[in-house]
Amino acid sequence: MTLRKLGLYAAALLLSAWVLVPILLIALAATTPREDLYRWPRPLWPERLSLEVLSSFARQEAVLRALGNSLAVAGLTIVLATLVSAPAGYALSRYRFRGREAVQLGILATKMFPATALAVPLAVAFIRWGLYDTLFGVALVHTALSLPFVILIVASVFRGVPAELEEAAMSLGASRVGAFLRVTLPMALPGLAAAAIFTFILSWNEVFAATLLTVNHRTLPALLVHSVVAEGAPLHYRYAGGLFLVLPALVIIFVIRRYLLTLWGVTVR
Amino acid sequence: MDEHRPRVLAAATPYLLVLPAAAYLAVFVVYPMAQAIRLGAADPHTGGWTLEHVRRMASDLYFWPAVRYTLWITALAVPLQVVLALSMALLVNTRFPGHTVFLYVCAIPLAVSDLAAGLIWLSLFTERGYLNAALVQWGVLRSPFNFLSHEHPAWLVGAIVTTEVWRATAIVMVVLVAGLQLLPRDYAETAAVFGASWWQTLRHVLLPLLRPSLQTALIIRTVLAFQLFATVVTLSGRLVPVLAGETYFWYTLYRNPHVASAYATLVLLLSALFVWGYLRTLRPEGEGT
Repeated sequence: MTLRKLGLYAAALLLSAWVLVPILLIALAATTPREDLYRWPRPLWPERLSLEVLSSFARQEAVLRALGNSLAVAGLTIVLATLVSAPAGYALSRYRFRGREAVQLGILATKMFPATALAVPLAVAFIRWGLYDTLFGVALVHTALSLPFVILIVASVFRGVPAELEEAAMSLGASRVGAFLRVTLPMALPGLAAAAIFTFILSWNEVFAATLLTVNHRTLPALLVHSVVAEGAPLHYRYAGGLFLVLPALVIIFVIRRYLLTLWGVTVR
Repeated sequence: MDEHRPRVLAAATPYLLVLPAAAYLAVFVVYPMAQAIRLGAADPHTGGWTLEHVRRMASDLYFWPAVRYTLWITALAVPLQVVLALSMALLVNTRFPGHTVFLYVCAIPLAVSDLAAGLIWLSLFTERGYLNAALVQWGVLRSPFNFLSHEHPAWLVGAIVTTEVWRATAIVMVVLVAGLQLLPRDYAETAAVFGASWWQTLRHVLLPLLRPSLQTALIIRTVLAFQLFATVVTLSGRLVPVLAGETYFWYTLYRNPHVASAYATLVLLLSALFVWGYLRTLRPEGEGT
């Protein structure tokens, strides 16, 4: 019995290390002084750590602008995705209607739809529509990519708010809209916030569409792909960029760790 | 409920609520999908149908390697992800003290993008990276070995597969943990009472019951594997060509949206084909639909 327990813990430790060690290493690489990074033989643990590489990365104008662009796109995406998907999610959670299965099938199909196939035709269309190389254009695409997931999350959030409460409010004289705004919405807010966080991570991490749709208004991932592929950026720049991409995501996922499984579990059902 | 409203409007409510999302997806998903096929198969001057772009794609030096590498990487990474995710999910399911922390740690890569994962593993695999530093220090190697060079395509593919397994196992694990939680616990207990070993319980009780979850996980992972881009580009540049990477190069480097669209359509068709295949083969026996 104890042997079994020991094996369990050993396996859990091993798997945890497999996930955590690479993240620790990129943090270490990004905080190693530049000259130590290129020295050989390279010590496994650097003699000193410094923020020099990170701060010179963050002080570049292109990086700062890309960071701002990423945040703006993510913010726009959250607003758009919430506005478009909340009504649909509400309908799926509260109504039985003919064509409901078709809607669910449509959500499933768009979920499976590769972003890779969308980016090129949208870039061509956006040039015509005057949306190419704009933050709004990128946000429109990120909204399309996140929509099926957000609809599913929102539907499950509204399903968690008992319909009886809404009906009680209406029997006391509230209109349907009033009951929604004063009873259901306040109770659904934490869940909707979680949906917004999911949307943020999706937009913050999206690489392919952002890369194809921007030239002067690159998001952080698009800027990094461009500098790595087209300009052959040096290693220390890549490490700093990698850490910059990972850190916000790590902080967020730590904050919402209790809802992780529910949130992602809903989207893959 | 809605006595004060005209009945027609009440019946229309769910449709009105779904309408914005449906319209949005029509403009930004269905339309570009049709457009991708049109761009890939239409003559830009006359507007008529042509196979020229497809022919140009297929005769390109990078085309067959891109198809081969994409399929190879998928075929290697997806089974490894499923096995690793299954081990994680089964460990979580034992509910050992600390299993919530373990679950959280395993879920961290959910929030890591393919680009970030590529850059993370670059710090290990690059010539002066941590892997070489460790191997030389421990006396396994005399001088650093270049894992990411065109001379060793097997190592390159190995590095990409490792990175993909590291990054994408988390989503498979979430599917499987959710699936395991739905199973009644007494099934496994009953099997144990009748003398089934741990392995027999897994093979004959848990895995068959997990079939729907496994199916979901396989579909999600395979479709996403065809979109493989940033990990490959950061680790190998174009040394390991893949379909999504070629879409990118044809669009941004050669400025040819037609051939890029032909690639995009190919990714689309391959994804659809695999989804259909999985749904057919993993369908529980005896069910008609």
